[in-house]
Amino acid sequence: MTDSTTGEGLILNGLTKILGGRVIIDNLHLAVKKGEMVSLLGPSGCGKTTTLRMIAGFLIPDSGNITLNGNDVTLLGPEKRPSAMVFQNYALWPHMTVFKNVAYPLKVRKLSKEEIVRRVHEALEVVNLMHHKDSRPGQISGGEQQRVALARALVQEPDILLLDEPLSNLDAKLRVKVREDIRNLQRRLGITTVIVTHDQDEALSISDRIAVMNSGRIEQFSTPQELYDRPETEYVANFIGSLNRIEGDYQGGKVIPGTGVIGIRPEDVLFTQEQTTGSYPATVTLVVPRGHFSEVYIKRDDVELRAFISVDVPKIGDQGFARVAKALIYQDSKLVRVD
Amino acid sequence: MAKRVKARAKTSSLGTKIFLYVFMFAMAIFILGPLLWLGVHAFASNWTYPNLYPDGWSFHWWSKVFDDSALKTAIRNSLIISPIVVVASMIICLPAAYAAGRMNYAGRKTFLIGMFAANSFPKIGLFASIATLYYALNLMGTFVGIVIIQLLGTIIYMTWIPAAAFAAIPRNLEEAARDAGASKLRVFRTITLRLAMPGILVAVVMSFLASFDEAQGSYLVGAPQIFTMPTEMYSLVQNYPIQVAAVFSLLLAFPSVILISLARKHIIGGQLAEGFQIK
Ligand SMILES: Nc1ncnc2c1ncn2[C@@H]1O[C@H](COP(=O)(O)OP(=O)(O)O)[C@@H](O)[C@H]1O
Ligand SMILES: [Mg+2]
Repeated sequence: MTDSTTGEGLILNGLTKILGGRVIIDNLHLAVKKGEMVSLLGPSGCGKTTTLRMIAGFLIPDSGNITLNGNDVTLLGPEKRPSAMVFQNYALWPHMTVFKNVAYPLKVRKLSKEEIVRRVHEALEVVNLMHHKDSRPGQISGGEQQRVALARALVQEPDILLLDEPLSNLDAKLRVKVREDIRNLQRRLGITTVIVTHDQDEALSISDRIAVMNSGRIEQFSTPQELYDRPETEYVANFIGSLNRIEGDYQGGKVIPGTGVIGIRPEDVLFTQEQTTGSYPATVTLVVPRGHFSEVYIKRDDVELRAFISVDVPKIGDQGFARVAKALIYQDSKLVRVD
Repeated sequence: MAKRVKARAKTSSLGTKIFLYVFMFAMAIFILGPLLWLGVHAFASNWTYPNLYPDGWSFHWWSKVFDDSALKTAIRNSLIISPIVVVASMIICLPAAYAAGRMNYAGRKTFLIGMFAANSFPKIGLFASIATLYYALNLMGTFVGIVIIQLLGTIIYMTWIPAAAFAAIPRNLEEAARDAGASKLRVFRTITLRLAMPGILVAVVMSFLASFDEAQGSYLVGAPQIFTMPTEMYSLVQNYPIQVAAVFSLLLAFPSVILISLARKHIIGGQLAEGFQIK
């Protein structure tokens, strides 16, 4: 871990933070590569915002250090860090116009008037808000406010962009569009980004890599695909996607009594009329239509499995054969085998 | 059914409206009537019972006030003392208000209730004990003495209203400015102070008026060496014709009118009310 401190990008090395007498962040390690987009994903209260605030400089860790492009920034105040943050509620200044909000960081940097106008206009073009430059934050919609906050961060040309649940205050439709926009922008500008979210869909769809957090620690840090295919802990497997969780051991495609835990993705449960290798007789007990697929409950031996089936959906009471294409086998909550 | 409920709501709101208008009209007469009476007296050469109208109009009483050295001195004293009181009050109270505004809810409440409690005792008792202290410190009959006694009456405004204004500012507006690269001082100047300004302006106006109108304490400490406009009124009503008192009263009301209309211009709409929200 320690020799990684020479690299570019962001490195969190053994961060610990105690707040109100509780360990909120517990020896956290994370290395974000330059130009990469990383999500901090976890349930509410697991310490995502606290981590982000330490990266931004609003909180000083009790131990551990933070390096950004090779420089130790652990003790620098937020005004001295080359980071820019987009707050969950945007934190736009209500007494300034959109233009002035975006111009503020440049004014602080004492740039010339022409330079400020040029760069603010550029940033407003990027987020498509030139027509609102003289509006006040109170006069524009939530989505537009969000883009102003983004422009105010981008105009600083930061080494790292920090986003705290940037989409949580938008309605569902807008959320999908804005997350695409943010992703495209991030790719185009090649800006190193850490985004906090509790929404797995959001994390899976926009990140290069995802750090899944659990009470102040990182459980797994990998690509979305890897996270889905090989969740290293039971916690991650439960948090990402759906899962059939069965206690016992797994042998030859069959559950046998044991001390382990077996995780099976519903799309890995296959239901067929003909018997094939590894398939066993089973009965359909419940079918719940979910739009473009159906949730089918299948009883096989003593085990009930949930399957996602989109073509040739069986009916309740149908007899057939169930096969498990892939099972994750955990021992003491750690992944030991994929079968 | 729904229609009938709606109709009833309508008539009741009409009733409320009529009541409100009558009430407002009565209040207007109650407040403006005496002012009108004063106004007429100030410009009337002579106006005695049972005449319905004054005998004639003139600026005679105004020049009488401005030619009288005692009255002129009182006006000058008031115009010097009140601004000093307001500035001193700002210097002393605003940092405290800021600290209170940044406390947690319980701490802030204790501070503000404490301030209020200290202000809710009858002033005259406090003044009597202050007088003894003043004799010891040789502050009787001095400008400083009057400034201090008037300052006491402004503290409640200069702490409560700005504290609420500071407390109402979301912290991450300040954090966002720090993140943008601004120093703490710059954040305070461009974000915190700017957002609290409507509340502070209200406090300044209220404090100025409290100081400008303060009579009890100023009389106790100042008389007979130093008179302000309100304390001069005591002797004025006994020793001068009623028209002089009328002119003087209008002069006394003048700053209030000016300040409130100025404040109105700068504190638009709901922001005035915002200054009073205790959160
Ligand atoms: N200033 C603080 N004092 C005490 N506890 C805090 C403070 N800030 C956050 N916490 C606690 O730390 C935990 C993590 O908070 P946070 O980082 O905001 O979580 P998340 O962003 O993942 O929802 C929460 O349980 C929260 O109550
Ligand atoms: Mg959070």
